[in-house]
Amino acid sequence: MMRFMLLFSRQGKLRLQKWYLATSDKERKKMVRELMQVVLARKPKMCSFLEWRDLKVVYKRYASLYFCCAIEGQDNELITLELIHRYVELLDKYFGSVCELDIIFNFEKAYFILDEFLMGGDVQDTSKKSVLKAIEQADLLQEVGVGRG
Amino acid sequence: MPAPIRLRELIRTIRTARTQAEEREMIQKECAAIRSSFREEDNTYRCRNVAKLLYMHMLGYPAHFGQLECLKLIASQKFTDKRIGYLGAMLLLDERQDVHLLMTNCIKNDLNHSTQFVQGLALCTLGCMGSSEMCRDLAGEVEKLLKTSNSYLRKKAALCAVHVIRKVPELMEMFLPATKNLLNEKNHGVLHTSVVLLTEMCERSPDMLAHFRKNEKLVPQLVRILKNLIMSGYSPEHDVSGISDPFLQVRILRLLRILGRNDDDSSEAMNDILAQVATNTETSKNVGNAILYETVLTIMDIKSESGLRVLAINILGRFLLNNDKNIRYVALTSLLKTVQTDHNAVQRHRSTIVDCLKDLDVSIKRRAMELSFALVNGNNIRGMMKELLYFLDSCEPEFKADCASGIFLAAEKYAPSKRWHIDTIMRVLTTAGSYVRDDAVPNLIQLITNSVEIHAYTVQRLYKAILGDYSQQPLVQVAAWCIGEYGDLLVSGQCEEEEPIQVTEDEVLDILESVLISNMSTSVTRGYALTAIMKLSTRFTCTVNRIKKVVSIYGSSIDVELQQRAVEYNALFKKYDHMRSALLERMPVMEKVTTNGPTEIVQTNGETEPAPLETKPPPSGPQPTSQANDLLDLLGGNDITPVIPTAPASKPTSAGGELLDLLGDLNLTGTPAAAPTPASVPQISQPPFLLDGLSSQPLFNDITSGIPSITAYSKNGLKIEFTFERSNTNPSVTVITIQASNSTELDMTDFVFQAAVPKTFQLQLLSPSSSIVPAFNTGTITQVIKVLNPQKQQLRMRIKLTYNHKGSAMQDLAEVNNFPPQSWQ
Repeated sequence: MMRFMLLFSRQGKLRLQKWYLATSDKERKKMVRELMQVVLARKPKMCSFLEWRDLKVVYKRYASLYFCCAIEGQDNELITLELIHRYVELLDKYFGSVCELDIIFNFEKAYFILDEFLMGGDVQDTSKKSVLKAIEQADLLQEVGVGRG
Repeated sequence: MPAPIRLRELIRTIRTARTQAEEREMIQKECAAIRSSFREEDNTYRCRNVAKLLYMHMLGYPAHFGQLECLKLIASQKFTDKRIGYLGAMLLLDERQDVHLLMTNCIKNDLNHSTQFVQGLALCTLGCMGSSEMCRDLAGEVEKLLKTSNSYLRKKAALCAVHVIRKVPELMEMFLPATKNLLNEKNHGVLHTSVVLLTEMCERSPDMLAHFRKNEKLVPQLVRILKNLIMSGYSPEHDVSGISDPFLQVRILRLLRILGRNDDDSSEAMNDILAQVATNTETSKNVGNAILYETVLTIMDIKSESGLRVLAINILGRFLLNNDKNIRYVALTSLLKTVQTDHNAVQRHRSTIVDCLKDLDVSIKRRAMELSFALVNGNNIRGMMKELLYFLDSCEPEFKADCASGIFLAAEKYAPSKRWHIDTIMRVLTTAGSYVRDDAVPNLIQLITNSVEIHAYTVQRLYKAILGDYSQQPLVQVAAWCIGEYGDLLVSGQCEEEEPIQVTEDEVLDILESVLISNMSTSVTRGYALTAIMKLSTRFTCTVNRIKKVVSIYGSSIDVELQQRAVEYNALFKKYDHMRSALLERMPVMEKVTTNGPTEIVQTNGETEPAPLETKPPPSGPQPTSQANDLLDLLGGNDITPVIPTAPASKPTSAGGELLDLLGDLNLTGTPAAAPTPASVPQISQPPFLLDGLSSQPLFNDITSGIPSITAYSKNGLKIEFTFERSNTNPSVTVITIQASNSTELDMTDFVFQAAVPKTFQLQLLSPSSSIVPAFNTGTITQVIKVLNPQKQQLRMRIKLTYNHKGSAMQDLAEVNNFPPQSWQ
C-alpha cells in the first residue's frame, strides 16, 4: 500500500501531505524534510524511483510541483507513476489547466479530489469520469445544503 | 465583531510576506483571532476558521487548538462543515490524540446518513486513519455497507474494510460472507477495491487463501475478468493509452500471484492468461510496461512452466534495452530477484547488464553492480572482473566499499590463477584503497602467505605501489606486512613474473620509515610498519644498526601501542638476541579454520600474526605445511600430530618494563626452510587459551593431587620428570609440569623441548623458565604442558629434545608411555 503522498514545490514548500499510516506530527515533519531534500537533490535525467529508508519512493515533477509517493516493497512502481498521472489529470480536469497556484489557493479541494480517488493508500475508482462526477455532485451539495441525517 | 477573513484572502496575505518573521507575525495575529472566535463558539464561521488553520498547519505552524473544533464541525449538519471537519480530523487528529476516539460516534451516525456523500466522508476518514478501537466499534457498519447495492458506497466500504483488517486482523472473518459476490459487479471501482480486499485477506491468512482457492474458485473468476479486459474493445471510461483499466489488470495479476504461489493447480489455471497478457500487451507506453512488469513478477513467483519463465526473463531482457530508465531500473530489480532460481536465463543478458554499469543514474548503477556480482562465475570471471574493476575506478564513493568487497569475494571464489588473484587485489587496493573494509587486510595477508610461489612478485608490486603514495591505509598495511615478511626477496631481485627491480635495503627502510612518520598513517598502520622494520632485522644484512636505531626511537613514542612494541623489540635486541631469528622467522602458510571438529587437527596457538590489536588476526592455527611435515617425519608416526608449541603471552608486563612473557623456544635449529615456526609477536592482550575449558581456570585450583610423577626421559645425563595436576571441575584437562635437569659437568644451552600427542588430544606448551639446564643438577628448567583429553584416551606422547652440550648440537627423540592412569582416566 502507499504509505504517504507529498506535493511540494522546487523551493521545498509543502503543498499537500496525505498520510495513510499513523505517524506522529514530529515524525512526519522529519520525514518530509528528509525526503524533500533527497528528491530535490536528484538530477533531471535520473530515474523516478529511489530507495529511502525501507520504502520505495516514486516521484514525478509536473511543472513546478513534485508529486512524491512512498510505497512498500511489493507495490508496482510503474503503476504508481500512472496513479500519480491520473491524479494530475483529475486536478487538471477539475481546475481547468491546473497550475501550482490552484493547488495553493484551493488546497482543500485538492484534498477532496484525492480522497475521492484514493483511500487507505489504494485506488477507489479507476474511472476518471466517475471520480469527477462524484466531486461535482458533492460540490453541489455544499451549495444546496443537506437535510437531517 | 467583524467577520473573520476568508481563506483565500488569508492565503494571499500570507504569501505577500517577504520574510519568515513577517509571515510568523501574520500567522500569530490570525491565530489569535481564530482562537477568540473559537472561544465565542461561533458556528457560522467555524468552518472558515478551521480551513485557515489547516492552511497554517501545512506551513508548519501548530494547530492543535483546532482539534476539538474539527469534532464540532463533523457533528454539524451542514455538508460544508462536515467536509472541512473530516479533512481537519484526518490532518490533525491521528490516533495518538486523546480526542480521536470522540469521533467514533459521529462517524457511526454518518455511516448511516441518508446522503451517500456524507457516508462517503465517514468511510473515507475511517478508512484512512481509524484507530483499532474505532475499527472494532464500527466494523459492523462497514460490513453492512459492503453488502449494499450502491456501488459508490460499496467500493469505499471495501477499502475501509481493508483498513479495518490491517488494524484488527481478528475481524477478517466477519467480512468473509460479504465477499461472496463482489466479483460479479460490473462497476470497475467495486471490482478494483474488491480485488484489493481479497488480496489483503489472502495475504494475511493462509486459511483464507486456501478457502478462496478451493471453495470460491477465485482463480477462474479472476482469469475471466482479466480476459474480458484484454479482449474487450475500446472502453473510453477506463482507457489509458489504448489499454483497458491498467489499474485493475495490475491488481488482478497481483492477486493471481498470491493464489498461484506454491499451488500447482492454481498456477496451471492461470498459465494461459499470463502468456496472453505477456505477449499481447502494448509496450510503447509506461502503462503497458507496468502491466508486463506485474505479469513477470507473477510468472516468476508461481509454479509456472519453464516456457513461461523464459518468456518472462526475455521481457526483462527487453526492458533492459528500453530507453526509459525507469523501465531499466525495474528490470534490474526483478532480475536480481530471479538470478538465483533462473541463473542461466539471466546469464544470457549479462552483457546488457554490464553495460548498465555505465548508466548515469545511481540507482541503476547500484542494481547493475549487485546483479553483476550475482552473475560472476568461473567462465566469465576474467571478462567480468575487467568491467567491475573499471567500474570501481569510476563509480561514486558510496559504491566503492561494496564493490571492493564484492570483487574480493568473487576473486576468492573463481580466481583462475594465484597471480591473477594477487593482481586483482593489487588493483583494488590501489584504486579504492581507502574504501576497503577492515577485515579485508587480514584476509589478504593470509591469501598472500598461501601463494608461496609468487611472494617475490607480490612484494615487488606492493613495494612499487606504495612508493609513490602511502596514504591508502589498507594498501599500506598489506604492503608493510609483505615487505616485513619478504623483504629479503625484494632486495635480492629475484622476481620471475616480471622484471625485478633494484632496490637496496636502505631504500626499503626509507619507505617504511616514511610510513611511520607520515601524518596520514593511522596507529594501526604504524604498528604494521614498525613490526615490518623489526622483522627485516633478520632478513637484511647490512642495515641492522639502522633498524636498531629506529626501534629504539619509538621506545618513547607517545602512541602507547607503538611504544610497547618498540620497547619489546628493543629488549629482543638486547636481552633475547638469541631468540630473535627464531621469533622473526618466515610465517607458515595459514589455513582458514572453517570447521573445528573434534577430530580435525586444529593447532591454535594464539596470535600468529603480528596484527595490531584493533584488527582481528586471521583465524589462527598454522597447519603443518609440507615443510612442517618434517616434524611429523622426525617423530615418525602418522597418528601423532606434531604440536608446534608456543606460549601465548600470559604475564603482563611488570612495572619494571620487563618484557612480556615471550613465546616458548621454537628453534628448530638450522635452515630457515625448515619447519616454519609461527613467529608470534608479543601480544598485550589476554592469551587466547587453546582450550576454552582452561581459559577461565586458574592453573592450580581445585586440583586432584596425589598423582604420581614419572621420569619421562633419562639419557646422557639429561633427565626429564613429569608431574601431574588435574582439575576437578574440568576432568578432561591434565596439566603436566616438566622438570629438566642435567647431571653432567657442563651446562646444556639452547634447550628446547617439544612434544606431540595423538590426534584425539590437544596440547598446549607454555613458555619454559629458561633455555639453559645448568650442570651438576644445580637447577632445572620448568615448563608447563596442558593436555586436553576429551575422549579420556590413554595418554601417549612423543618428545623431541634439542640442546647444545659440550660444544656440539644434540638432538633426541623419545616416546613417553609410562603415564600413570590417574593422569588421564
